[in-house]
Amino acid sequence: MRNPQRSQRLAFSLLFLATLLIVVPVGMVIVIICQKGIGAINWQFLTDMPRQGMRAGGIFPAIIGTIYLVLGAIVFALPIGVMAAIYLSEYSRDNLLTRVIKLAIVNLAGVPSVVYGLFGLALFVVFFRFGASILSGSLTLGVMILPLIVTASREALESVPYSFREVSLSLGASKWQTIRHIVLPNAVSGILTGTILGLGRAAGETAPILFTVAAFYLPQLPHSIFDQVMALPYHLYVISTQVPNVDEKIRYGTALVLLTLVLFMNLVAIIVRYQFRKRKKW
Amino acid sequence: MRRIKEFIIEKFILLSGLASVLFVALIFLFLLKEGLAVFKSVTPLDFLFGKSWYPISEPARLGILPLILGSLLVTLGAAVISIPIGVACAIYIAEVAPARLKEVLKAGVELLAAIPSVVLGFIGMITLVPWVKSVFGLPTGLTALSGSIILAFMAMPTIVSIAEDALYSVPKSYKEGAFALGATHWQTIYRVMLPAASSGILAAVMLGVGRVIGETMAVMMITGNAAVMPRSFLEPIRTLTATIAAEMGEAVVGSEHYFALFTIGIVLFIISFVINVSADLFLHKRQ
Repeated sequence: MRNPQRSQRLAFSLLFLATLLIVVPVGMVIVIICQKGIGAINWQFLTDMPRQGMRAGGIFPAIIGTIYLVLGAIVFALPIGVMAAIYLSEYSRDNLLTRVIKLAIVNLAGVPSVVYGLFGLALFVVFFRFGASILSGSLTLGVMILPLIVTASREALESVPYSFREVSLSLGASKWQTIRHIVLPNAVSGILTGTILGLGRAAGETAPILFTVAAFYLPQLPHSIFDQVMALPYHLYVISTQVPNVDEKIRYGTALVLLTLVLFMNLVAIIVRYQFRKRKKW
Repeated sequence: MRRIKEFIIEKFILLSGLASVLFVALIFLFLLKEGLAVFKSVTPLDFLFGKSWYPISEPARLGILPLILGSLLVTLGAAVISIPIGVACAIYIAEVAPARLKEVLKAGVELLAAIPSVVLGFIGMITLVPWVKSVFGLPTGLTALSGSIILAFMAMPTIVSIAEDALYSVPKSYKEGAFALGATHWQTIYRVMLPAASSGILAAVMLGVGRVIGETMAVMMITGNAAVMPRSFLEPIRTLTATIAAEMGEAVVGSEHYFALFTIGIVLFIISFVINVSADLFLHKRQ
């Protein structure tokens, strides 16, 4: 007869070990990138053009490009995403249409990122003739982060207690007035969390921008939304696989800037969520 | 006046709700529009089961079997690594970890999910690839195995967070009932919690695998990109996703090669569609 206490101890240590196997490598990746990349970071690296075939100089155009793309994606996805969430949480009934919409969102969230790239190429670049441009890239990234924003916003809206709505409606407010003045304000931090996570996701993705906007190397900054730009994740890909003899410091530096940008946004999202839970009125 | 305003707003909201359906339809339609053209020059069977992928030779040979097998091999490896570790970690976080550690671990897993794949690919190239090369004494460390290891780390956050949710939503009374019968905590987890959460855990695994099949950048950077029939984990291979990402830049719009890459996109879209819809079914079964 086995001793149940002993097998429990053994099982729990194995579970703990498995957890370490995930957490320790993550910690190591972050520490390694910080340690080796921090030496490359200085004002010039962040604000200068790449020089000598990207083997020297800075990464300024890639940073600017990523900021433009991310802002573009959010301008497109946020209104549609929040309105879709309002539809699902406030207006939809339990019918076939709602099921189809939910299924579409689940699907959109699971489409491989490179397929988004193909989609952006076929629809925005070729069919709409936007060319490889900030516009095409932003729209592609926007469609990609749409499900994330819808899901987060819907959760936030649905967590507003039903009694809030009843009180507002009983005071004679219309449905839209109730949503606009009662439900949305109480859901704003949840929506914000989703939006920031979407920003982080859009900033880090490479495959969707490969054929829709990203430039290998551009000597000047973009002038309009129809220009190509460099982008941080693509730049990291380029200098680590396509260009030989790039100083390791520059690679690590670029990785550090990208990682910092993405993790910073996630951190902000976590803090917003935490603050929100603390101040919750119900 | 107010009525009209409400009416317009409500229509806008409905339209936005339909936008997701529209985008899924558009993705599929445009993949079909560009991808089906390839079947003018190659039959669907030859395309799916052809053993050589030489898209720019003359005449082009467009068989994607090596790419499909490459994707499957890498995914299999990643699944073998990530499923046990991921589910174990989910159990630890949901059941065993003390409250404060739990929050830290959850944040750690979220952090892993947030790391861009190109950064993981970069780190894999610099640390993992030389390690694999020297441990196994290979001519190159850019192998299916390296890809599987990095991809396992991309699947784990998905598996952990969804499996943890599934365990968390098992009714408390199940657990209390088991305790009342004198079961130890581990016996309760193993005999009661896991079976009760099984459909959620299955969904977690499926979504994790779905993420792996669709992953592009990391896999392109560390699997060596050799479009040959894979024979072992210790050789370079090439996946469906990496083929699109690596070759679309050079394919001429409207060429056979361009169409073929879109057809690969259709294959990927269908795979992810099936995985996501069935995972969703499993997730809703438990509620």
